Amino acid sequence: MRAKQLLVMLMVLVVCPCLLFAGSVSGKVTYTGTPAKPKAIDMSKEPTCAKQHATPITTETVLTGANNALENVVVYISAGANDEGQVPPQAVTFEQKGCQYIPHVLVMHTNQELKVVNSDQTSHNIHPLAKTNREWNKSQPPGTPPISEKYEKAEFISVKCNVHPWMHGYFAVLNTSHFDISKGGGDFKLPNLPPGKYTVTAWHEDYGTQTADITISGSENKEVNFSFKAKAY
Amino acid sequence: MSEVAAHHGPPQTFLRKYVFSVDHKIIGLQYYGLALVAVFIGMFLSWLMRFHLVWPNAAIPGLQLLSKVGAPGGIMTPEYYLSLLTMHGTLMVFFVLTNAPFAAFGNYFLPIQIGAEDMAFPRFNMMSFWITLLAFFVLMAAFFVPDGPPISGWTAYAPLSAVGKDAGPGLDMGQNLWGISIAIFCIASLLGSLNFIATTLDLRAKGMSLMRMPLSTWAWFITACISLLAFAVLLPACLLLILDRVAGTSFFIPGGLVISDRLQPHSGGSPLLWQHLFWFFGHPEVYIAILPAMGIVSHVLINSMRKPLLSYKVVIGAMISIGFLSYMVWGHHMFLSGMNPFSALVFSFPTLVITIPATVLTLIWLGSIYGSRLQITTASLFALGFISMFVSGGVSGFFLAQPSTDIYLHATYFVVGHFHLVMGVASIFGVFAATYFWFPKMTGHMMNETFGKVHFWLTFVGAYCIFMPFHYLGLAGNVRRYSSFVDDYLQPLLPVHKFITIAAFITGGAQIVFLCNLAYSRFKGPQAPANPWNCTSLEWTVPSPPPWNNFGGEHPVVYHDPYQYGVEGANEDFILQTSTENVKGAVRT
Amino acid sequence: MGKLFAVTIAIIAILSAIPIVMNYWGPPPDISTHGFAIDEQMKATMWEAGIAFLSSQLILALFVWLHAGRDRSYKLKTFPGGAKGLVIAAFVLVGTEILALGVVGQKAWATVYFDPPDKDALTIQAQAGQFAYYFRYAGPDGKFGVPHPDKIDEGNQNFFGLDPENDVPARDDIVAGELAIPVNHPINLLLHSKDVGHSFYVRELRIQQDFVPGLDLAVHFTATKAGQYEIVCTQLCGLGHYNMKAYLTVLSEDDFQKWLKEKSAQ
Repeated sequence: MRAKQLLVMLMVLVVCPCLLFAGSVSGKVTYTGTPAKPKAIDMSKEPTCAKQHATPITTETVLTGANNALENVVVYISAGANDEGQVPPQAVTFEQKGCQYIPHVLVMHTNQELKVVNSDQTSHNIHPLAKTNREWNKSQPPGTPPISEKYEKAEFISVKCNVHPWMHGYFAVLNTSHFDISKGGGDFKLPNLPPGKYTVTAWHEDYGTQTADITISGSENKEVNFSFKAKAY
Repeated sequence: MSEVAAHHGPPQTFLRKYVFSVDHKIIGLQYYGLALVAVFIGMFLSWLMRFHLVWPNAAIPGLQLLSKVGAPGGIMTPEYYLSLLTMHGTLMVFFVLTNAPFAAFGNYFLPIQIGAEDMAFPRFNMMSFWITLLAFFVLMAAFFVPDGPPISGWTAYAPLSAVGKDAGPGLDMGQNLWGISIAIFCIASLLGSLNFIATTLDLRAKGMSLMRMPLSTWAWFITACISLLAFAVLLPACLLLILDRVAGTSFFIPGGLVISDRLQPHSGGSPLLWQHLFWFFGHPEVYIAILPAMGIVSHVLINSMRKPLLSYKVVIGAMISIGFLSYMVWGHHMFLSGMNPFSALVFSFPTLVITIPATVLTLIWLGSIYGSRLQITTASLFALGFISMFVSGGVSGFFLAQPSTDIYLHATYFVVGHFHLVMGVASIFGVFAATYFWFPKMTGHMMNETFGKVHFWLTFVGAYCIFMPFHYLGLAGNVRRYSSFVDDYLQPLLPVHKFITIAAFITGGAQIVFLCNLAYSRFKGPQAPANPWNCTSLEWTVPSPPPWNNFGGEHPVVYHDPYQYGVEGANEDFILQTSTENVKGAVRT
Repeated sequence: MGKLFAVTIAIIAILSAIPIVMNYWGPPPDISTHGFAIDEQMKATMWEAGIAFLSSQLILALFVWLHAGRDRSYKLKTFPGGAKGLVIAAFVLVGTEILALGVVGQKAWATVYFDPPDKDALTIQAQAGQFAYYFRYAGPDGKFGVPHPDKIDEGNQNFFGLDPENDVPARDDIVAGELAIPVNHPINLLLHSKDVGHSFYVRELRIQQDFVPGLDLAVHFTATKAGQYEIVCTQLCGLGHYNMKAYLTVLSEDDFQKWLKEKSAQ
């Protein structure tokens, strides 16, 4: 009994400091300049989807928030994370609904299970245009089971629907689980980082990639901000 | 003119007798067997297609075993429908309609009908069958590659068929296999045609002048002549297509194409070039499919009527005209293709003119029935049914021959109804007539007439139920090659599709009667005499089935034309071509 | 059984003709200026085809009825006129048919293809690509920007590969997923294919024309009735062929101008 308790205490003592001494990176992603206006998407060719949107949806290539916040930027640890082998067991889901990809950018770990679901009344044919991974495309008539796939190499993959030309999205396949994706306020946070040297990368589908090298000591929170130059067109 | 040469000795081993046989009769049966397998596969594919059109969201149990990607959970994907459509068309046009009426029956009966011991080049003949079989296996392999069969239709228009997998599933390995298979088929076809032509010109027996050949032989001969030029164009077309696909050439692919978000690495080619090459073959091909049936039906009908046709020479002239004109009309498949609109009028004229020999034939058949003693057998029923189907399929051609009406009807079910009636029904009726007529000669057994007639009635009424409504759908503007009908415009037409699908299942199912009759009669049917139909042509002067050298080493001498029926004062109401009975006042043409 | 065959053929022939005569399923009403000639041609052809069809089938039925099963006691007869008469009949019947349909009918074809588009036709560019149509209007400056295939970015709605940053006329081009046109106004539709072969088919307009990659084609027409009609693809173009369509929206002149303004703003 005592030996067991001792063992537990020893483990806690070993692990906790690591957690206690885990730092984080956080910050904001913003843009400078004037971004192009999102354009309305004409879905008239697919009435079953068109009628799901009271007003036409707009393109999601550049999504912005208050105070020049830039959304859908994937911020992740591109070097120093060392968790390449730790594949999360749960699947991530990419949904085709209302002839839109939800979410627009889906982040996943290499070899993590990807489930593609068709919630529409029409057939879709999802076509991720992978360059280093295997390129495939699959038809999904309504009522068929979800597609299950996985990617072995890290890559940012543009995804299109072969049947509906306006449907576009991205898969961000990363070697790490230390990632975040900026939302309305442009904020991101990468917690649980043990002390060490890291490279933080921010990727936006249109404005490109930026990196920042940081060192975390102890359990500090490092603030890193990214600013992207907007494109007029 | 009459060369008799011992090309080969009697076959000794099992393999030589039944497998690698140089005997035209065995080769004919092998072609028939291949066509039988192909037609049932093709029919099964059409069932899958028709089912999916009416119940697109339903799972077809077991379909996922045929293709996990093409039918996840048994529900057919849109591309798999197109794969099945492509394979259906390719199998039916090449492996059924070119094989059965022409290669199968022509191989079996042309040499005997002209009094020859075998074809001019028996080894080439054997090769042409085995090469055709190789083409069949290469095509079937497309079902088993990961991406499945091609989705570009039997017409394989470029650039869809030429750019590769960027343009869709099945367009990688599947399309390659298609191109290779068809190229191989072309080679086999060319060998076969050469054989038919050389045999007809060189190996006729003494007294068998060209004007004494049965109409079936004339039809096979004319078909072989058309076939030679047609397949000689399709072969290079397929090779160019394969080069575009694997060697980076751009015969059919222009520049600036963006497919799957990628700018295609081709430039300078013309999609219209493929269409010209393909249809230059494709139009004569449909006459290759129907001419043998016309010859067979004429031959069977004359025998059933106990009276020759009103004019033997006119029928031959009409068949030759059809063959000749068939090379001038290919552009009627391309009225809306973007070629110079003036050319549409140029192509429309011979397309309308080809109606003349077709009408001549129909009127001669009809006019010959007048005043005849028409015996009703299963064979003659199918021959009469052919006339009805040929008329039905032919009249819709009036609409499609004119560019102005084609503007509305092109690529609708109207076209599908037209070609199915002439090719898929009329031509097949010719094959059925030939089967019921010549089965006794080929096997030594009679087929069951009762079941034959049941087969005829179910097929005749069923085929009309399936294909007549296609024309109504076309007039309503129902577009073809759609894997399902999702547009609002097409919804009111769905009940018609349901009717067609049910008719297709019933009619297809009725073919079991034919298959059972074939199989049972082959072994258990009553013994067939040498001439059960009291027919005049040379194949009925030899035993049923004929010996390996047809005439048992004898050299037949021909004294009469092939249609001495209803002769006044003769013992029978017919005179065999080889009969030395010389009766005055014979009914001459 | 011969008589049964005869009766069956007659019944099938008549039953087949009924839906045509009663027009159960036929082309929708014509809303174009050139369609009248095509519809007349269809009617004339239907008469000829119908007469040829019915007479052939009924004659076949009659002759089989009369002659089936006759034995040697029946004296064989030759059809009056023999083969020669029938050949002449074929030439005369088909010859007049070719003249009537072919020669007269070429006018219907000519109005679609030989007549040039009207001087004040509204030019709209249509692009077909797997599996949707997009339509481009020149915008207030009346000029079309230059399309660049390598700049196509569908996720960003840049279907034509326009370069507004560097190409000024491209800036006001209007791109839409539906073809809106003013009623009673000649339209010149330029056809361009982005990838493989497609086709433009509007039943009510009596127009069908293939898009051929590498070729710049055009069709012109005038719509005479406001409403919404389907433009569907009739050239097999891949897996989405069955679902490739756009709507043709025919609007009054005022509504059309409103539509243009609305689309510019988006």
